[in-house]
Amino acid sequence: MNRNGPLALVFHCLFLGFLLAPILIVCAVAFTSEGYLSLPTHGLSLRWFRAIGDNPEFIRAFKDSLLLGALSSTLAILVAVPAALAIARHQFFGREAIQALFLSPLMVPHIVLGIAFLRFFTMIGLGGTFAGLVLSHVIIILPFALRLILAASTGMDRAVENAAASLGASAWTCFRRVTLPLILPGVASGWVLAFINSFDEVTMTVFIASPETTTLPVRLFLYIQDNIDPLVAAVSAVLIFLTVAAMLVLDRVYGLERLLVGKGRD
Amino acid sequence: MAASTDSQVADIPPSAANPAAHAPPPASRPHRRSWAPYLLSAPGIALFAVLLLVPLAMTFLLSLNSFSFYGGIADVWQFDNYIDILTDSYFHEVFLRTFRIAAVVTVLCALFGAPEAYILRRMDSPWRGLCLLIVLGPLLISVVSRTLGWALLFGSTGLVNQGLMALGLIATPIEFMYTETGVVIALTHVLVPFMVLSVWASLQRLDPQVENAALSLGAGPLTVMRRVVLPQIVPGILSGSIIVFALAASAFATPAIIGGRRLKVAATLAYDEFLNTLNWPLGATVAVLLLLANIVIIVGCNRLVERRYKQVFE
Repeated sequence: MNRNGPLALVFHCLFLGFLLAPILIVCAVAFTSEGYLSLPTHGLSLRWFRAIGDNPEFIRAFKDSLLLGALSSTLAILVAVPAALAIARHQFFGREAIQALFLSPLMVPHIVLGIAFLRFFTMIGLGGTFAGLVLSHVIIILPFALRLILAASTGMDRAVENAAASLGASAWTCFRRVTLPLILPGVASGWVLAFINSFDEVTMTVFIASPETTTLPVRLFLYIQDNIDPLVAAVSAVLIFLTVAAMLVLDRVYGLERLLVGKGRD
Repeated sequence: MAASTDSQVADIPPSAANPAAHAPPPASRPHRRSWAPYLLSAPGIALFAVLLLVPLAMTFLLSLNSFSFYGGIADVWQFDNYIDILTDSYFHEVFLRTFRIAAVVTVLCALFGAPEAYILRRMDSPWRGLCLLIVLGPLLISVVSRTLGWALLFGSTGLVNQGLMALGLIATPIEFMYTETGVVIALTHVLVPFMVLSVWASLQRLDPQVENAALSLGAGPLTVMRRVVLPQIVPGILSGSIIVFALAASAFATPAIIGGRRLKVAATLAYDEFLNTLNWPLGATVAVLLLLANIVIIVGCNRLVERRYKQVFE
């Protein structure tokens, strides 16, 4: 295969530097020993990581984020699997429209969804509740899960199912013992992608979160709006470390490129 | 579990893995066609009808209401908010700034993202995987953390200005925080992976042998780039641009942190109307306009790209 010239490699290094710079600086500032924002030139210190422990609101927001991500991705999967099977296997009236409906949250800016949910939830009495957060997150992450499950169920061979059915398996047994194991890789990666999208969401959540139930990114965002100190850098650094760890695992198991191709597209 | 699944898939003859196989066999159609797919997708349809269509419709209705500082929201149905926004120069300025930022970000992403995707494809396998991980990884890191990084680089530590002055590129520090320049740089960083992904996908369809054929027929590297590579990745650049533009025009967290309260864009304007001024009808109007602009741009441009480059997509 062709090689890149020296000019291309210089460009490449500058590009990677541009992508990594803000992430690295957050991690560097988090290790400062000073009481203000600075690079750790006078030795590394973990004081700001310890300071996170003195701010229980960050810990609580982190737990809420994890629970919210897990609940909403699981619900999204429960809705998306039957819908994906219907769209992938059947030709029926309104199929295109139904698929477009399920993918439509990708086209709606999250700021608009935030406003719409704030209005809707205050009217039906779900304003500021955890249930409201879960329901709204299910809507925005379902398209990501659906697309991966759809890809898995279009690619699978139906002859195996027919064989099971002809051997006397009921529809449910057929689904549980044959179909589900075959589409499981798609379902699992759909869950992971849905979880990540729920965990990172800030624009919509900032409208519907309340001080009692809020997510970590929203907590961080509101904190940064008031002031930026090494504490937020430390919290961000922890988030970055966790994400990188999850990413390496994900890349090994599934392939990051495969997971992300099409992210953010309609 | 995963291993057994793989072996099951591997046993299937290649012909069965044909994408066309998803069309149901005609024989099973008459009985199963009627209710099964509707029952299967019913929970999702119900959920989306109640939790997506109803809230969006209510937002539109809200945008027709009026608001007064003492009386609150009044149940009237008129287009006054739309007229206000369309005639007031303050709102013109905000929307114009929003689309200007989005356009510049889109151009920058295309200028840097497309060559980067091409360079990535020409790399050898261990490096390519690692670099792809570095390029796509930021997509998974919270946008708040990434923007915080730029706020640190621009403001508190001033590393960007120190670096530029040390290199002799500038004499006096550039103001990045609370300026359009800063928002554009941070947004380009947040969105450029989408462009790389999109161009990367279109490069997958490009056969490297075509480039070699052109070279062997005496074309220079520039000619190959201009006449062979570029025409084939233009659809990728265009569909990447649609994604980047739509996301940049409705971006919230980055302009809110880097732009602050002074430099407003459409999304931060809607946020302020909702949570600070409490003028919900006006905020809803901004949201409806943003949604309309987004849909027009995405659907319109997609149509255009697909029609213009039909032969490439086939």
